Amino acid sequence: MKTLLVFEYRRGKLSEANQELLGFAAAAGGESAGVLVGSEAGLPAFGGKLYLGDIAALGEYDPGRHAEIVLQAAQKESPDLIVFLQSSYGWDLAPRVAGKLKAAQISDVTGVVDGKFEAACCNGKMRRLVEPATKVAVLTLQEGSFPVSGTPSGTPAVEKLAPSGSAAGLEFAGYEEAEKKEVDLGKAEVIVSAGRGIGKKDNVPVIAALAKSLNGEMGASRPVVDAGWVDHNRQVGATGQIVSPKLYVACAISGAIQHLTGMRNSEFIVAINTDKDAPISEVADVMVIADVMPFVAALTEKLKK
Amino acid sequence: MKILVCVKQIPDMASKFKPNADGTWFNEADLAFRMNEYDEYAVEEAVKLREKDPASELVVLSVGPARVVEALKKALAMGCDRAVHVQDDNVFRKDPWQIASLIAAYAKKENFDIVFTGMQSQDRGSAQIGPLLAGMLGFSCVTTVIGFSLEGRTATVRRELEGGAKGIVKAALPAVITCQLGLNTPRYPTLPNIMKAKKKEIAAFKAEELSAEAALSAAEKFYAPVKKGTGLVLEGGDAASLAGKLIDVLKEKTTVLRG
Repeated sequence: MKTLLVFEYRRGKLSEANQELLGFAAAAGGESAGVLVGSEAGLPAFGGKLYLGDIAALGEYDPGRHAEIVLQAAQKESPDLIVFLQSSYGWDLAPRVAGKLKAAQISDVTGVVDGKFEAACCNGKMRRLVEPATKVAVLTLQEGSFPVSGTPSGTPAVEKLAPSGSAAGLEFAGYEEAEKKEVDLGKAEVIVSAGRGIGKKDNVPVIAALAKSLNGEMGASRPVVDAGWVDHNRQVGATGQIVSPKLYVACAISGAIQHLTGMRNSEFIVAINTDKDAPISEVADVMVIADVMPFVAALTEKLKK
Repeated sequence: MKILVCVKQIPDMASKFKPNADGTWFNEADLAFRMNEYDEYAVEEAVKLREKDPASELVVLSVGPARVVEALKKALAMGCDRAVHVQDDNVFRKDPWQIASLIAAYAKKENFDIVFTGMQSQDRGSAQIGPLLAGMLGFSCVTTVIGFSLEGRTATVRRELEGGAKGIVKAALPAVITCQLGLNTPRYPTLPNIMKAKKKEIAAFKAEELSAEAALSAAEKFYAPVKKGTGLVLEGGDAASLAGKLIDVLKEKTTVLRG
């Protein structure tokens, strides 16, 4: 098995999530090479061959030309697998590369089983085992599925690549920063988060009251923020805040991967849900199977005593 | 301006999923289906664009068995002008390459300027159809969009990135835009619009007449993940007694109730 790992830059530096590519390479076995649109000033700790496109010339978002760099590297290496992270960069670029190669793509991969790939589906609740039918396959890896053991080391042997074409159709016009966080959930020892299952905005104060009775802060899952029930600066998840409190209480949160990414490192996790099989059960230390609103009210009442 | 919006029908994600007869996907019996949530945002954005330009036309397309007509009817009631049903009872066996090929084959019959779809489906979650379709049609493509505006033939979109930052991208039409949750507030179809939608056209095409592309991958098994944790489950009894049990656990296992 030969893998081509697609490392990524986020906002001018190497993404920490790149380590998961190395974790995957170790799990899959065999040789691996890397490809990165980045800079020689910041190369990944990786002992193999690394094909390098110049980010100063290509920019951070130019998927047409980034794909061309990956395709050039693939042509040189003839890998069995081209592996991306399931990230805003990876899920955007992977199907462009797979489409050009007419290669099978398996998204959101959580494991490798006898040359086949386990992929998450049904919002993270179920898994599929998928076998590619093409010579080369493209994968995107679910965050957290391939932890690397130890600290990666090594210096890559760099070969520079440049795209032949110019940027077509798309023009990157800069970043818009995340709004300033007035609530720093990262400092809270206890976070009680509201999920869509609380049903309506009127129920938010009930969740906030539980957070208060535990001397904690209230957080929220993405759908609750999108619905305008809770402000974005309380959102926990990949596109909100990443937290690791002593106690995390998930109230009626099913546990989409984007939420789990934001809270799975909490010391102790309590999930209150009517669905025993909700994906949040993957990370919960305690699952309370109950209607969330009456339970939260009863818990708050008991804690006051 | 000709606009296409692609929607999928998916089961309620709170359902209990059991494998189908060949064990490769879920058994549809007893599942309630609805429009994929990401696609609701795509429909809303397409309808908003349609409303700004009275000369434009908005087509909604779905691939699947007879039940997907319900999702098409909802999109028509939200404001799409006409619908295309690509009939395929075996769509659950198809991979993203095949499904994108079906949509591309239909899209080539009309000159669309812009295609909206969800960034992924809630059930399969491949997030591939948009970029694959764009590649097949030779359109530009921007994924994970949470802000959209159009001036002339240039769309300015906001892409959602990790940590809450956004990337601003200008895309020349024709383009495929894949929509992320929170892009807008999808409207509820009103009763008059549901009645009006009954008169709108739903054209049907057989999948096998549009594309005969072979699958690039095959699913072998569908199953629940192996539970990694050995979490404690508290259930049964009234809310007060359950709350008492949880407090006992928190006192034993955490320090947050001390001092």
